Amino acid sequence: MVKLRELPTEELLAPGHRLCAGCPMSIATRMALKTIRGPTVAVSSTGCLEVATTIYPYTSWKIPWVHVAFENAAAVASGIEAAFKVLEKKGLGKKVDVIAFAGDGGTFDIGIQALSGALERGHDFVYICQDNEAYMNTGIQRSGATPRGAWTTTSPVGTVIPGKPEWKKDLIAICAAHGIEYVATASISYWNDYITKVRKAIEVDGPAVIHVLSPCPRGWRNDGSQTIKIGRLAVQTRYFPVYEVEKGQYKLNIKVTKPKPVEEFLKVQGRFRHLLKPEFRNEIALIQQWVDENWNRILKLCGETS
Amino acid sequence: MKKAIGLTGDEAVAYAAKQCDVDVVAAYPITPQTIMVERFSDYVANGEVQTEFVCVESEHSAMSACVGASLTGARVFTATASQGLALMHEIMYIASSLRCPVVMGVANRALSAPINIHGDHSDMMGSRDCGWVQIYVENAQEAYDSVIQAFKIAEDPEVLLPVTVNLDGFIISHSMEGVEVLDENAVKKFLPRRRAELKIDPDKPITIGPLCLTDYYFEFKRQQEEVMKKVPDKIKKVGKEFANLTGRSYNVLHTYGIEDAEAAIVCLGSTAGTARVTAEKMRKEGKKVGVVKIRMYRPFPTEEFKNAVGHLKAITVLDRACSFGAPAGALCSDVKTACYESEHRPKVSNVIYGLGGRDITLTDLEKIFDHALRTAETGVVEEPVVFAGVRE
Repeated sequence: MVKLRELPTEELLAPGHRLCAGCPMSIATRMALKTIRGPTVAVSSTGCLEVATTIYPYTSWKIPWVHVAFENAAAVASGIEAAFKVLEKKGLGKKVDVIAFAGDGGTFDIGIQALSGALERGHDFVYICQDNEAYMNTGIQRSGATPRGAWTTTSPVGTVIPGKPEWKKDLIAICAAHGIEYVATASISYWNDYITKVRKAIEVDGPAVIHVLSPCPRGWRNDGSQTIKIGRLAVQTRYFPVYEVEKGQYKLNIKVTKPKPVEEFLKVQGRFRHLLKPEFRNEIALIQQWVDENWNRILKLCGETS
Repeated sequence: MKKAIGLTGDEAVAYAAKQCDVDVVAAYPITPQTIMVERFSDYVANGEVQTEFVCVESEHSAMSACVGASLTGARVFTATASQGLALMHEIMYIASSLRCPVVMGVANRALSAPINIHGDHSDMMGSRDCGWVQIYVENAQEAYDSVIQAFKIAEDPEVLLPVTVNLDGFIISHSMEGVEVLDENAVKKFLPRRRAELKIDPDKPITIGPLCLTDYYFEFKRQQEEVMKKVPDKIKKVGKEFANLTGRSYNVLHTYGIEDAEAAIVCLGSTAGTARVTAEKMRKEGKKVGVVKIRMYRPFPTEEFKNAVGHLKAITVLDRACSFGAPAGALCSDVKTACYESEHRPKVSNVIYGLGGRDITLTDLEKIFDHALRTAETGVVEEPVVFAGVRE
């Protein structure tokens, strides 16, 4: 954990970008850049962060930044890391830290192969998945990270299907299964835990993955002033457990001893509004059951009892 | 002192890449390119190169890693074929647009379906418009020579474009030839280290690959086309320098017997050799035929081509790929476009041949030459597009 006054005042993500008011991505990116330890290169996959921070001829990035395509942030980071490594060996450059920023679409879905390959090869880089639980940049379409019951434009609420029928994919389990040194979930609503983890990930000699929940006002259908509050609710309802896997050891970072019902988290978001209707209320019970089971599973992995 | 060693086309490409002091290779195996990555892996395993070999999980990631690596100012090489090239397609456009001077060996192979591992040009023709400089070679010697030249062309600060060196799958990639190789120091002298002005540099941070909309995108594309115009002269210059070093000269296109010919075959790759042997035989019989081998397919050597064929009465363009539904094969369409506004232009016919690795023989080519001679005589193209060597 760090003290607020220890954080650098320098802003490496300049203001003036076109991300929405209340967007969690600017918060998560700005905070991550406050933890860097030296020369750092950022890679972005295609997505909100990329399009809103680099509208030519402007840029918000005060460190070198590269965007190539949607599904390949991890592969591009691999190439950059490999190049700096060999250039250093040849006395032609210095090693840099590489941080890849990608959304849930670019990570859970279209970019999972490139990510898996890069993790398996062991490149020394940090991969931060900013998970807003749908393809928000293209206007709110469901992804493998979209939770069950959520409305999106491709999992609409119809008369017979109440939003997305499938459960959210477990990214952390997939990443941890690669046997890499550090994998963690985080929430921007718990900034100190988050940035401590980013720095920890940077210090790891090899790949590290941070999965940070990004409550998106546009896609989650809430007021932009509620981002941090909803992020906190996600944790306090045990919807999004905050934990880490370090050298195979699971550790629960934020204990939630008196959880709020998941409905508290669901009812403040327009994407779940339909679940409050009598005909779909059973869905809330199912989601609560999923939350409880998932929490107990993670507790067990962390060696915790309650 | 000249030194010749036995190498297949693939091995010749890998050997050249080894001598070029490549910093990063990111590649994935695919027939008939696999030997390139296998040989290069041997060099890495034996400490013969100082290269980071990123053994990626797909060609898409291969090209993505190459772009990332190239943007640091490093020298980057990769290789692929067929489906692999198709999978790279998306990132190939980005490699050229971000001005990454990556060099790629392509062992040209047919595209699925049905799946087929043998040589034709469908793969590269599918990525024809991706903004890469595209060189086709006739044999393993040219493959070796062209890889070394490709780095010099690609990394020229006035070019900064990626280059493919195309060799026919199996016909060149797997055939062993005596290849004259240069001394390592001679290659070093010919090809000094890359000096990148704009690159990923924490001391001078830049934003690479931003969003660019209706107000600027078009200008970027226009600039890319301007760069292409500079390439033919660069290729000629590098070809001359290489000739001074080796005695083997290279141009954007090569001709045989064209000066006094009435009809000629225009083609890419290994078929040029077979066509030349056929032409030699026919010329001895008094038939006035010649061959135009296009070495630099992109940018298309329009001026040089017009000058070469302007006096001919008929040409037959051989396409080893089918451009389904098009008025002609890709090479033939280029040829016709290049010649259309010329006052004196030959009659042009098109032969689609050799798909999926089907052989084209001296007999086949003799027939094609005879046909072209008949067109030269009558001034009539009987059939504008003919499929040769296929069951109808």
